[in-house]
Amino acid sequence: MTPPSETLRAPLVVEFPFTRSLGPVQSAFLTGLREQTVLGVRTETGEVLVPPVEYDPATAAELHDLVEVGATGTVTTWAWNPGPRPGQPLTTPFAWVLVRLDGADTALLHALDAPGPEAVRTGMRVRIRWAAERSGAITDIACFEPYDSDPVAEPGSHDGRFTDPVTGIVAAARLDYTYSPGRAQTRYLHALAERRTVGERCPSCTKVYVPPRGACPTCGVATTDQVEVGPRGTVTTYCIVNIKAKNLDIEVPYVYAHIALDGAGLALHGRIGGIPYDQVRMGLRVEPVWSEDGRYPDHYRPTGEPDADYDTYKELL
Amino acid sequence: MSGKEPVAVVGIGQTKHVAARRDVSIAGLVREAAVRALEDAELTWADIDAVVIGKAPDFFEGVMMPELYLADALGAVGKPMLRVHTAGSVGGSTALVAANLVAARVHRTVLTLAFEKQSESNAMWGLSLPVPFQQPLLAGAGGFFAPHVRAYMRRTGAPDAIGSLVAYKDRRNALKNPYAHLHEHDLTLEKVQASPMLWDPIRYSETCPSSDGACAMVLTDRTGAARAPRPPAWVHGGAMRSEPTLFAGKDFVSPQAGRDCAADVYRQAGVTDPRREIDAVEMYVPFSWYEPMWLENLGFAEEGEGWKLTEAGVTELDGDLPVNPSGGVLSTNPIGASGMIRFAEAALQVRGEAGEHQVDGAHRALGHAYGGGAQFFSMWLVGDTPPTG
Repeated sequence: MTPPSETLRAPLVVEFPFTRSLGPVQSAFLTGLREQTVLGVRTETGEVLVPPVEYDPATAAELHDLVEVGATGTVTTWAWNPGPRPGQPLTTPFAWVLVRLDGADTALLHALDAPGPEAVRTGMRVRIRWAAERSGAITDIACFEPYDSDPVAEPGSHDGRFTDPVTGIVAAARLDYTYSPGRAQTRYLHALAERRTVGERCPSCTKVYVPPRGACPTCGVATTDQVEVGPRGTVTTYCIVNIKAKNLDIEVPYVYAHIALDGAGLALHGRIGGIPYDQVRMGLRVEPVWSEDGRYPDHYRPTGEPDADYDTYKELL
Repeated sequence: MSGKEPVAVVGIGQTKHVAARRDVSIAGLVREAAVRALEDAELTWADIDAVVIGKAPDFFEGVMMPELYLADALGAVGKPMLRVHTAGSVGGSTALVAANLVAARVHRTVLTLAFEKQSESNAMWGLSLPVPFQQPLLAGAGGFFAPHVRAYMRRTGAPDAIGSLVAYKDRRNALKNPYAHLHEHDLTLEKVQASPMLWDPIRYSETCPSSDGACAMVLTDRTGAARAPRPPAWVHGGAMRSEPTLFAGKDFVSPQAGRDCAADVYRQAGVTDPRREIDAVEMYVPFSWYEPMWLENLGFAEEGEGWKLTEAGVTELDGDLPVNPSGGVLSTNPIGASGMIRFAEAALQVRGEAGEHQVDGAHRALGHAYGGGAQFFSMWLVGDTPPTG
């Protein structure tokens, strides 16, 4: 369903570099690629698996009998990729191929550099084109290229030992979303731009949700009745933050508090300022302080009113 | 044949939990725990009918499909393999899904396993995605929990030192557990109390570490239990409950879902006075103050009285309700595995296999896990005799 045009949308990119320890088998395989040597692993029944795995897919046995296979092989199947995407092995159209390297019993997925789909067929002979700079990664094989040769039958044994082995890799993960906060949050955000805090009341339990979610999670019914809350509120509980968080440009120590705005059915979170951190207390009455361009209050400061009685906010803890 | 099949824990395996296991892949890590569980049960891969695996949320480690990637390491090829997904409680929920498969007679013998390699994980980033339009959380992980601890202190009038007593006890218990991550031989109560205040009222020594580790169990039916080489632990009750992370009326100090979950487990097990009828507890305490909070939430103490049990030494290893004899989450925290470690340690106690941290005469023990900002709860109660119901 397409949201109404007035609903807010924005890109959300989630991107992390994850580290991975390789373990003995993958370490040997990737270090081998750096040295232009392709290693497979032999199972108890004598099959040679390339790329190698740590555990036998059929018997679950631990595998460590490494062998060296050829840099030439045979295409077992393929698919043409007419429009390469960023990060793929080649920038020009290419074939995704499964290649059974000479001496192996399983096939490796990679790219084949070919002028067009008419130049690719199952059963064709290919060889590895090594990357000029190799670091111990699958990309050390730049791609495969057509190459006529006779298959080499037998794999050679290999102890898997190399100097300066690769023991870990960094695997980048990235997801691109288009995020929409939905209609209820959009209404809330538009009101915040006018420095008003507008929640929504559940028609069943009558609690006011701030920020609103469009539905009450307890009763499972839509919230449609808009209610302005605050601007003042009560500190229900808090902590004093003494360690600097990454990406946060706030001097420590500071107080991170749960604040129940007057009329709200639950507390929201905010920083307390305008008072020494060690004088903040539960029940302190506060009001928002806005910055020039902030979407949310920069922080909350004491109003000077007497503290709220514990009984007035204990249900909001 | 009527009713549920009784479920027995006949094999338990853990890795030595450490800050970083750079010598093994994730497959190698889970394999180590699984092989130890099979060895404990004196079974082989061929004896396993299904595999149930759990881990922390995907972004923690970026492994999107561990059930796919780890099938060969766990001997699951040609067998059903399921993945369970309930944030920090996942290790407990995973064990319960496996137990239910046996109880329902879907499978006879199930391998269940949970893991986390926090050294290769981005838990902090995974929990704080830069969602557009939303106000960023203004504090780290401890900043989420610390205000709830303060609320507990206000509500109960507990003295400031209670949290340090828990931390000191759990870290000393960990010295008796060879698999625990933190082995702080020189720790004193004074050092705990002098450790830096990170998120006031939570001190550094009152927080859990980041660990790499895995835990596995073999669960089986009565026939499997009869063949087991060592005494089994029998499941007397198990339950899961959920509630929203945030809603109007949520009680963060003593969540309703936790109370309901415990009540369900006790009802199944025929327990009416948990304080007297349960001999040991492995509860999920990521920050020290959660011990007294959960003592109340799980019905071991009246509301407002949990801290008194801690203060009186009742929860010490030689007290009459030992809590976290293994050292708990405060000493070992591979997040995805932490819940299953609680369940497995409870089982070790009633099997009499807990070694130096064995609680004398432990006939019934509770394993407890929670996660997702007190959104998910899972618990089981295990005993040294088969359930009679």
